[in-house]
Amino acid sequence: MTAITIDELAPTKRSSELDAAPQAKQFVASSVPSVPIAAAAPNSATESAATLRAFFAAVLPPLFGLMLLIGAWHLATRGGGAIPSPAKTWDAATILFADPFYRNGPNDQGIGWNILASLQRVGIGFGFAALVGIPAGFLLGRFALLARIVNPLISLLRPVSPLAWLPIGLLVFKRADPAATWTIFICSIWPMIMNTAQGVQRVPQDYLNVARVLDLSEWKVITRILFPSVLPYMLTGIRLSIGTAWLVIVAAEMLTGGVGIGFWVWDEWNNLKVEHIIIAIFVIGIVGLLLEQLLLLLAKRLHTEV
Amino acid sequence: MNHKDRKYVSVENVGMSFATKQGKFIALRDINLTIGQGEFVSLIGHSGCGKSTLLNLIAGLTLPTSGVLICAGREIPGPGPERAVVFQNHSLLPWLTCFENIYLAVERVFARTELKVELKARTERALELVGLTHAMHKYPGEVSGGMKQRVGIARALAMEPKVLLMDEPFGALDALTRARLQDELMAICAATQATVVMVTHDVDEAVLLSDRIVMLTNGPQATIGEVLRVDLPRPRERLHLAHDAGYMEYRSQVIEFLYAKQQHPLAA
Repeated sequence: MTAITIDELAPTKRSSELDAAPQAKQFVASSVPSVPIAAAAPNSATESAATLRAFFAAVLPPLFGLMLLIGAWHLATRGGGAIPSPAKTWDAATILFADPFYRNGPNDQGIGWNILASLQRVGIGFGFAALVGIPAGFLLGRFALLARIVNPLISLLRPVSPLAWLPIGLLVFKRADPAATWTIFICSIWPMIMNTAQGVQRVPQDYLNVARVLDLSEWKVITRILFPSVLPYMLTGIRLSIGTAWLVIVAAEMLTGGVGIGFWVWDEWNNLKVEHIIIAIFVIGIVGLLLEQLLLLLAKRLHTEV
Repeated sequence: MNHKDRKYVSVENVGMSFATKQGKFIALRDINLTIGQGEFVSLIGHSGCGKSTLLNLIAGLTLPTSGVLICAGREIPGPGPERAVVFQNHSLLPWLTCFENIYLAVERVFARTELKVELKARTERALELVGLTHAMHKYPGEVSGGMKQRVGIARALAMEPKVLLMDEPFGALDALTRARLQDELMAICAATQATVVMVTHDVDEAVLLSDRIVMLTNGPQATIGEVLRVDLPRPRERLHLAHDAGYMEYRSQVIEFLYAKQQHPLAA
């Protein structure tokens, strides 16, 4: 109904001004096309039409993809079997998320606590990795000799599976929790080192010449030229690191136990609550997606046009 | 103007060679040149003749392998704000606004002696000089190529350098913008009495702007072939000069040097 009204009122003029959308929605909502309103509002209606069209173009395809997944899932589990159906999983999820922050002892806590525990580990491990990796990347980018010494080591250590580092962490720290954090640290440090170093090497010579002609102080060179120039590379490194860290945490927690989304998955497997495992998969995916989007947003905010 | 005869920058027996895989490459040899205070000197020659290398030597961005360069009675030890450079590709920092780009230079030169308000006023005056007051808070990515180059010139001028060095400053611009900026540059030079060394490959630009045109022979081992003194009265107007016999004569002398005596390396 509304779509027809919009099409009828949509003349040729298209505007990208989004500010008029609230007014326009009001107009569509009133949906009684009395003559004075229609005469007064064709402009805002055009804008609303364009806005709505853009909105649907952005939202409908992903929504359709999601529905396709759930549909296929539903068909596959229709005859019963080990994998629970979407409906059953949804019911379990509503119960689960009704009380995400309960505590019944150290091994039985709400899903909210588990997610937060995992995020905390990722935050600490990633934070240390950034603290070490970004300055290390600057040094490697600035000093070619150092890069020639360290690069073979990085090439050697980078492909090592995160879980191979876990025993070393357990051995050194004697406790499970810092060992998991250590694993995150070691896995998320490489993209930050390498991207930062690459960014430093790619600072255009022109900018460095400007710095030399102006004879800027080392501090100004770092804050006004090196840092802004390297920032996009650094953010790419950070984004890759966060992604890796979130991938690794689940595996690490499965092995170390305690509280955390990875441990929770393993625990629910032992309890044979398969719908909870599926919920956990969705939760892990959504949190990973949010982390990625957050950093993309940050990168966009900091990006200045070249 | 007698002060133009006073020796200000001097290049004495300068040679420049680079180490390459094929051995030593001699770019410049036996360069001797003196530039007077307030003089406008152009360096012209075919591409690859080392004119930008010579400019970089005066800037101090590279150091000569032989000979000495002297500015205001002192050997040039390296780059410095008293010899401001207008780069070929403007080289503005894209994360700073036009204002901030200039302010960075002004701050470096005058922060020790002046207050923040005065620094800001200087920056604004520099922008006004090149007619960009309206665009001062825009980022370089938001303005046209000609405007960027004007900011680059304003940045260099705002430093009140002893010598202004320009490396094909208008090379990347369209003909109309180039002409307007050349006129602006002449007006600014007349007002500030700046000493300018400009690299160009444009014959008309060289004749229009210069007091002297230094013509370089083809590389490798390039050196100064001829020096042409341009005695056209100032202020110069391009419309008037287009039919001026003197202008035509200077122009044909440069062309004669470039295309008869020093054929392009590819054509030779």
